[in-house]
Amino acid sequence: MTMEVNRTYPANGAKAWYQRWWAVQPVRSTVIFALSLAIGLVVWQLISIKYGVYFFPSPSETWIAFKELAEDGSLATSTIDSARRILVGWGLGLVVGIPIGLVMGRFGFVRQLLDPYIEFFRFVPPISFVTLAIIWFGVGEASKVVLIFYTSVFIVTISTIAGVLAVDPLKVRAAASLGAGPLRTMFLVIIPASIPEIVTGARLAMGNSFLTIVSAEIVAAQHGLGALIWKSRNYGRTEWVFVGIITLGILGFLFDRIIRVAVRRGLARYVNHG
Amino acid sequence: MSALQAVTASGSAAGHSIEFRNVSIRFNSFDAVSGVSLRIQPGEFVCLIGPSGCGKSTLLSAAAGFLGRRGDAPGAVEGEVLVNGERVRGPDISRGVVFQSSEALFPWRTVRENVAFGPRIRGIRGGELRDLIDYYIALVGLDHAADRFPSQLSGGMRQRVQLARVLANQPRVILMDEPLGALDAQTRSVMQREIERLWQETRCTMVFVTHDLDEAIKLGDRVVTMTAGPAAGIKSVYDINLERPRDETTSAAIELHRTLRDDVAEEVLKTLRSQRR
Ligand SMILES: Nc1ncnc2c1ncn2[C@@H]1O[C@H](COP(=O)(O)OP(=O)(O)O)[C@@H](O)[C@H]1O
Ligand SMILES: [Mg+2]
Repeated sequence: MTMEVNRTYPANGAKAWYQRWWAVQPVRSTVIFALSLAIGLVVWQLISIKYGVYFFPSPSETWIAFKELAEDGSLATSTIDSARRILVGWGLGLVVGIPIGLVMGRFGFVRQLLDPYIEFFRFVPPISFVTLAIIWFGVGEASKVVLIFYTSVFIVTISTIAGVLAVDPLKVRAAASLGAGPLRTMFLVIIPASIPEIVTGARLAMGNSFLTIVSAEIVAAQHGLGALIWKSRNYGRTEWVFVGIITLGILGFLFDRIIRVAVRRGLARYVNHG
Repeated sequence: MSALQAVTASGSAAGHSIEFRNVSIRFNSFDAVSGVSLRIQPGEFVCLIGPSGCGKSTLLSAAAGFLGRRGDAPGAVEGEVLVNGERVRGPDISRGVVFQSSEALFPWRTVRENVAFGPRIRGIRGGELRDLIDYYIALVGLDHAADRFPSQLSGGMRQRVQLARVLANQPRVILMDEPLGALDAQTRSVMQREIERLWQETRCTMVFVTHDLDEAIKLGDRVVTMTAGPAAGIKSVYDINLERPRDETTSAAIELHRTLRDDVAEEVLKTLRSQRR
């Protein structure tokens, strides 16, 4: 009996060094991440060997293109321009979408009034508005920001409504009998209780913004990752396209991480209960 | 007036009377409650029992002011619900409500912050607010858990938070809708004693809905049974003239239990028969 126990759970000292390291969670996840990256690079290299570097630029080609674009500064400018458009458009989407969602969620009348438009426009993709945006808002920053705003605002509104509707009526009743009027109920109960759904909406909107930025920069953008991707096509530089795509992916991942960390730091009490 | 003076002041003030005068409540075309008349004395402890779905919560909601135009529920109240002689027109801090579900707590607030909800709205701040909150948290025996969030508490502790949160507003009436319904037997029995003690200390008027006959006998000055719905009404009213603290194993208590059981069982059977039809 004792023997068996010993065999199943050897003392810590009996483990090999790699077994001990493997038990450490951050080490393990870093190793797995590196492995995932390595497999991706190998597959990428193999595809590129099979189909040719023009058709499918290899990792090293892309790396060279990356250094080229980084050195002449166009990658940094493009990244900053796209990031700025996304942040401004997305931020406006939150600033407008959250209050509208709160009011729609709280007042059935307003909800019924606006619902047809929300339901309609959320199925019309932003790319179908590119031409109109340029006609209405010019070729400058405004048209791009408006498109990002458009792609953010509906999802934020819908998520906020869902959050408000999910607030347990008992909380509202409790607040009312503790002396909260409509305004305090909104700020002290409805908004805090809806934060998880609002955060979800904000994250989805961020994703949408990245999907939209490339089409927003389709015409008349000097810089921007979308512009880089579209212009590279004209020069037949597929490796530049790759650089643009990868940068976009990393930027998106980074932004989502920032939101998650910010929420964990600043809104923990509203999100982690239950 | 300091917080503790306020506490003392409320301690010496009696609870408010509650009066239902021929009250009927309907939801759209559904008659939930019909023709209820009941007068509850200031400082009295009244327990309400009856088959589930008969309208106990509805009656309590009417007294809380949750029904009708000023409340959030659609129920239309006919007749008069008077508290301290005045018609109920909406929720008010003088009428505290304790719910069965701890969903009524604010999970993003600590115990302390939950309890501070009412007093802060009343404009109490600083040291006065701190004293007041400390007092009520200690009163329900949660001093050791004041900075925890509701998710970090047991079911019994959460109900204590609900009680403290209501008491911190120094209400004259406390309406409790099966407040111990979700607790295990042990915790329940402890909480019954606590509620009795809080009632004796604050001298609030208590309306206490329960489906536990022993609980009703243990706590109520009177126990009111209701008939099965629709159009539920009051079936009987029992005076419980037993010494407090009460012991449910005495022969008088057992006798009462039997009477109440038969009374409620009759109505439950009616419900079952009408459902089968
Ligand atoms: N908001 C509402 N809308 C429609 N019907 C309701 C509503 N609230 C309660 N009822 C109905 O009124 C009756 C009494 O409900 P309730 O007071 O919750 O019973 P209980 O005695 O179990 O507390 C039930 O038939 C219930 O379906
Ligand atoms: Mg009920």
